[in-house]
Amino acid sequence: MAKISIENLRHSYLPFPNQDRDEDYVLKKLSIDWQDGGAYALLGPSGCGKTTLLNLISGLLFPTEGRMTFDGRDVTRASPEERNIAQVFQFPVIYDTMTVYDNLAFPLRNRGVPESEIDPRVKEIAEMLDLTATLRNRASGLTADGKQKISLGRGLVRSDVSAIMFDEPLTVIDPHLKWQLRSKLKELHQRTKRTMIYVTHDQTEALTFADQVVLMNNGEIVQQGTPVELFEKPHHTFVGHFIGSPGMNILPCEVKGGKAFFAGHAVAAENTSQVTTTHTKLELGVRPEFVSFAKTGIAAEVVKVSDAGRFRIVETRAAGSSIKLLVPEDETVPTGKVKLAFDKSHTQIYANDWLVGQAR
Amino acid sequence: MSLELRNITKRVAADMLIYDTSLVFEPRSFNVLLGTTLAGKTTLMQLMAGIQKPTSGKIFFRGEDVTGHSVQKRNVSMVYQQFINYPNFSVYDNIASPLRVAKMDANEIDRRVQKAAELLRLGPMLKRKPSELSGGQQQRTAIARALVKDSDIILLDEPLANLDYKLREELRDELPKLFSDRDAIVVYATTEPSEALLFGGNTATMHEGRVTQFGPTSSSYRCPQDLITAQVFSEPPMNTAKIEKRGSNLTIFGNQKWDVGAAGMNLKDGTYTIGIRPHNIAPFKHGKTIGKFNGKVLVTEISGSESVIHAKVNDQTWISQSHGIHAMPIGSNAELFVDLDQSLFFDHAGRLVS
Repeated sequence: MAKISIENLRHSYLPFPNQDRDEDYVLKKLSIDWQDGGAYALLGPSGCGKTTLLNLISGLLFPTEGRMTFDGRDVTRASPEERNIAQVFQFPVIYDTMTVYDNLAFPLRNRGVPESEIDPRVKEIAEMLDLTATLRNRASGLTADGKQKISLGRGLVRSDVSAIMFDEPLTVIDPHLKWQLRSKLKELHQRTKRTMIYVTHDQTEALTFADQVVLMNNGEIVQQGTPVELFEKPHHTFVGHFIGSPGMNILPCEVKGGKAFFAGHAVAAENTSQVTTTHTKLELGVRPEFVSFAKTGIAAEVVKVSDAGRFRIVETRAAGSSIKLLVPEDETVPTGKVKLAFDKSHTQIYANDWLVGQAR
Repeated sequence: MSLELRNITKRVAADMLIYDTSLVFEPRSFNVLLGTTLAGKTTLMQLMAGIQKPTSGKIFFRGEDVTGHSVQKRNVSMVYQQFINYPNFSVYDNIASPLRVAKMDANEIDRRVQKAAELLRLGPMLKRKPSELSGGQQQRTAIARALVKDSDIILLDEPLANLDYKLREELRDELPKLFSDRDAIVVYATTEPSEALLFGGNTATMHEGRVTQFGPTSSSYRCPQDLITAQVFSEPPMNTAKIEKRGSNLTIFGNQKWDVGAAGMNLKDGTYTIGIRPHNIAPFKHGKTIGKFNGKVLVTEISGSESVIHAKVNDQTWISQSHGIHAMPIGSNAELFVDLDQSLFFDHAGRLVS
């Protein structure tokens, strides 16, 4: 296990990228510090560069610029073998003809570990993954989630790896089993304290798995933080949109005389006092979770109500903007014209898409 | 105009893929087939499309027996989970292809392609090849192709499964709007309960080759006729346990006593299976009739605004999903509270009794 540090990493797939042209790079100057034993997620939409970053960390690619260290040791140009990172992929990679036991033992046998050490290790991992009863079965007979468990087990079985990386590991798993496997993974992290890096486009998976989430877009890190930080204080409107379902409401606003206004209506926001005259393209950000119906407030009209089971997603329109809010299952949703109120401590002002008052 | 499946079955060698199923789909309706992988959703769709023939039973469209009609003779469009487009055709030609096969007039083709492209926001991409598009745009192209011809039946087989989470959210919002002004019967297969709920319309819950319930989505979710339907329609999975009802008391986990609450009040004394959705369990008191129990924390998952606690009770894993941040260390003792008025009761055969 190791602390992983990435310094000013830049990557281009072009043979001769122009250093002054950001467009030439799929990854644009990233720096990350991952502590030994942490649970991390790399989150972002398709094409954001997360798979490139994953390949740079595992050593399948070398970066165009920048440096990478494991526990202070420079591994920027080291081979995948030297880096010793276990990987679990989207589709289970297992040997169908082998038994579950032999599949789990394979990475150890491959490294010449004596059978007397392999046996207790395999049994321990099988126990953690609830695979004990199937150890003697052939892997080919297992279901998709059973096979993916073996892939996880093979990542966990070696105690000498620097980190375990998961690349969209639950994509082929049905929703019901996803819940089980995801919580199993989280449990395994807390029990084994391995450094785990989970790559996904699915915010639910990232937020529930990781202690720290790195959210990427267009080859850049937009925000790093705990799930709660990303939810409560998005540094950029993209974070507000990408995290949360539905995402944050983003509304045009202006600030006059120390007050923020949306459609002529004064709105209290947490960081209004930090807005200066140099700020342009001002917007208010408030999550649907922090909008409620009120006696007085912003005039809006209910246009759509969607059932999400334990709550309803209510879409309203106010002065040409869409404002969504969540209403619990047991409360009634008014129709037609309504008034909306925002929770001040969760309403923030953004200038040119960045959170006002937040150091970048 | 309705599509009727009358006592359809499908067997391949010794495997029963679809057991005796009868369903009627009305025009202008949005219907969801909800079930896990291998529940029979795709097979049922292929039977509707005529790609497969039923082993027994009949299919009627507008009252006419179409059981023997080939897929070409039925006016059907289908969109699959994998993005299927002609790789060497432009987006425009991809969308136009079914109309060209039908030998439609070129002006009419252009009008329809432009309209579909506008609806699916593909206007600027019409000259590109599918390989130059993102996954979301490729799937939009496939959906546009299904839209241009006036199909009577539009079958969508997990069309969003291979897309990014956020794109899925966006398209999920758009899809019902695209079909709302058409006379077509739309059938949409998914493994995700949340998707079925958000679409509304009707839902057929499927399990191991059987349709367990078919009706308005909201009532399938809130009033499942049986335990299997309730489980198919619960995400995270529903918590279940054997309980004994005596007078105004419930006994659960062998010795834990709870008040019966409004949901089980009118039940005869006896043993039942209780079903409790995770969002009706929280690490704080809520609801009118409260059932309390202790569990050993296996893991807590915290998203930005919710906590999901997995706890072991009597060798069973129970899941609580609650508002707020409730971090609990592994192995600690969690005191959990159930809103009993929201619980479901099933008899020995798994039928809903209250």
